[in-house]
Amino acid sequence: MFDYDKWQEIFTSIGKHKLRTVLTAFGVAWGIFMLVLLLGAGKGLGNGIAYQFEGDALNSLWIRPGRTSVPYKGMKEGRRIKLDNDDYKFLLDEFEKIEELSGKYFLGGNKVAKYKEIALAYDVQGIHPDGAIVEGLSVTKGRALNYADQLENRKVAVIGEPVVEQLFKEEEPIGKMVTLDGAAYRIVGVFHDKEGERSMRRFYLPISTVQKVYSSLDRLDQLIIAAGDLSLADMDLLEQKTKEALQGRKMIAPDDRRALRVFNMANEYQSFVSLMFVMNGIIWMVGIFSMIAGVIGVSNIMLIIVKDRTKEIGIRKAIGATPGSIVSMIFQESIFITAIAGYVGLASGVGVLALLQGVESEFFRRPEVNFGVVFAATVVLVLAGVLAGLLPAIQASRINPVTAIKSD
Amino acid sequence: MIRLKNINKSYTMGANKLHVLKGLDINIDEGAFVSIMGSSGSGKSTLLNILGILDDYDEGEYWLGDQLIDKSLSEKQAAFFRNQHIGFVFQSFNLLNFKTAQENVALPLYYQKVPRKERAARALEYLDMVGLADWAGHYPNQMSGGQQQRVAISRALISNPQVILADEPTGALDSKTSHEVMEIFKKVNGQGITTIIVTHEDDIAELTNQVIRLKDGQIEN
Ligand SMILES: Nc1ncnc2c1ncn2[C@@H]1O[C@H](COP(=O)(O)OP(=O)(O)OP(=O)(O)O)[C@@H](O)[C@H]1O
Ligand SMILES: [Mg+2]
Repeated sequence: MFDYDKWQEIFTSIGKHKLRTVLTAFGVAWGIFMLVLLLGAGKGLGNGIAYQFEGDALNSLWIRPGRTSVPYKGMKEGRRIKLDNDDYKFLLDEFEKIEELSGKYFLGGNKVAKYKEIALAYDVQGIHPDGAIVEGLSVTKGRALNYADQLENRKVAVIGEPVVEQLFKEEEPIGKMVTLDGAAYRIVGVFHDKEGERSMRRFYLPISTVQKVYSSLDRLDQLIIAAGDLSLADMDLLEQKTKEALQGRKMIAPDDRRALRVFNMANEYQSFVSLMFVMNGIIWMVGIFSMIAGVIGVSNIMLIIVKDRTKEIGIRKAIGATPGSIVSMIFQESIFITAIAGYVGLASGVGVLALLQGVESEFFRRPEVNFGVVFAATVVLVLAGVLAGLLPAIQASRINPVTAIKSD
Repeated sequence: MIRLKNINKSYTMGANKLHVLKGLDINIDEGAFVSIMGSSGSGKSTLLNILGILDDYDEGEYWLGDQLIDKSLSEKQAAFFRNQHIGFVFQSFNLLNFKTAQENVALPLYYQKVPRKERAARALEYLDMVGLADWAGHYPNQMSGGQQQRVAISRALISNPQVILADEPTGALDSKTSHEVMEIFKKVNGQGITTIIVTHEDDIAELTNQVIRLKDGQIEN
């Protein structure tokens, strides 16, 4: 039943005691606000890092050649290491655990692509047919590069979705000829890459074609190995084995860390997962501690408020208030203030997170909170505050009016 | 109306026990106008608080009308008697500072669940009776001591009690305002309400019809 009269009495009391109302409300609102920000920021951090892994095959090894840093077998340090098509064939033949393998050829600087009267510069890379898989591309139109393209050194290209928009506008790109760095290529497919816009402003060509056109024989700038669903330990083993094999072929000292750089995505991802685990743990700890601090703060204010009201309680009792009416007055008043404050804290926290949605940096994106968790936290804080006020209120409602009135 | 039989009351403070009321036997008729006198510390306030069910006693019997007031009375029943049968006026007024004069006066009716509008109307009526209708919207700290005490008396009267108990109601007032306040009590008593006033001023006691003198927790006469 909604007791209008009682609420009227409560509103009067709240309105006439602005300071203590504001103090209580601020304690609750601030606690919830900070909790929302904390959890949201943690999530944003996690999302930011998770984003770094989006797109590429997770169980993958990325091998790049460098220069030797240790003299080995009579050869001086500083020797430049090169990867080539033979290494590609070698890995493909020797390691059956490798499911997909692609070399990569980077053309330095952007190349100008011309279609009709539009000319724009794009990043161009040569890949093997498996390249689309290791890069995590999804072909949205036409087809991916295939073995026939590779074998016949076809002048074909797969382009990113933004390239279509920019070069072809409304036109159908598949089958059209584009002049790229002076040579003509036929567009056979369009791809999407979850990695983002930058990775899609790109032309992928068959690596054999690139090697031929840029007459660099059989150079590979990178070798990418994907190994399906190998376990983490097997991935480490594969990393070690392939590295050793390549070191043998290139006469690299086993302890030379610069000659071949292997990036084990699975391993990195695993450390990210454990980092997130630790970070989540810390966030929860901090969150729980700030909740405890909030509960203690609010409880203290409630205690002081009830103490402050002891004389009022005595007077009310002297003119006929029952202990029950006193307790329910304090109960409703405090639950009203803390609930509203909790809601305000929740809403402003979520509001600030909404403002932060636009922020997209390397380590931070899409901050969000689990609404259930935050709601539960609000309820806990409200209940704690109310309970903390309730116990002294019950006590105060029981002491005899004379003592209560004398209390200040 | 009020019958006290062998009322005893002690305060314990740590190991010390202070025997304040030592076997009081008092009868007060309905409609009486009584003053309680005695030196400071003789137990006047203690007695009045017991009469007002604001405090309890250790031994004896206290009959209010045909109701025995003792520890078997629940808190709720006690609240009911304080609310409906007794009006209490304190020396220090004890108004709620965050409520206006009118709201203060109306408060006992809130605990009787009287509708808001009716409460306000009746409070105004009672304020008018003590000459403060124009001050209805003022807060206690905007009023003089005499005015505050008159507000407190209105509050004690509004639930139309059988007994009015006043603990040194003029103690904080000058003699002119004291007499004005006593005029009001006289009027109240004229309506048949039993009126008991604690005082240590002879000229106040002279205005009542009966004087009970306390000395060291006993009746002196
Ligand atoms: N709550 C209490 N705890 C302990 N002792 C008390 C308490 N209230 C009163 N007393 C003591 O009981 C005695 C009687 O006090 P009471 O207030 O009844 O006196 P009084 O006659 O009203 O005096 P006064 O004229 O000063 O108001 C005093 O000695 C007082 O110190
Ligand atoms: Mg006294």
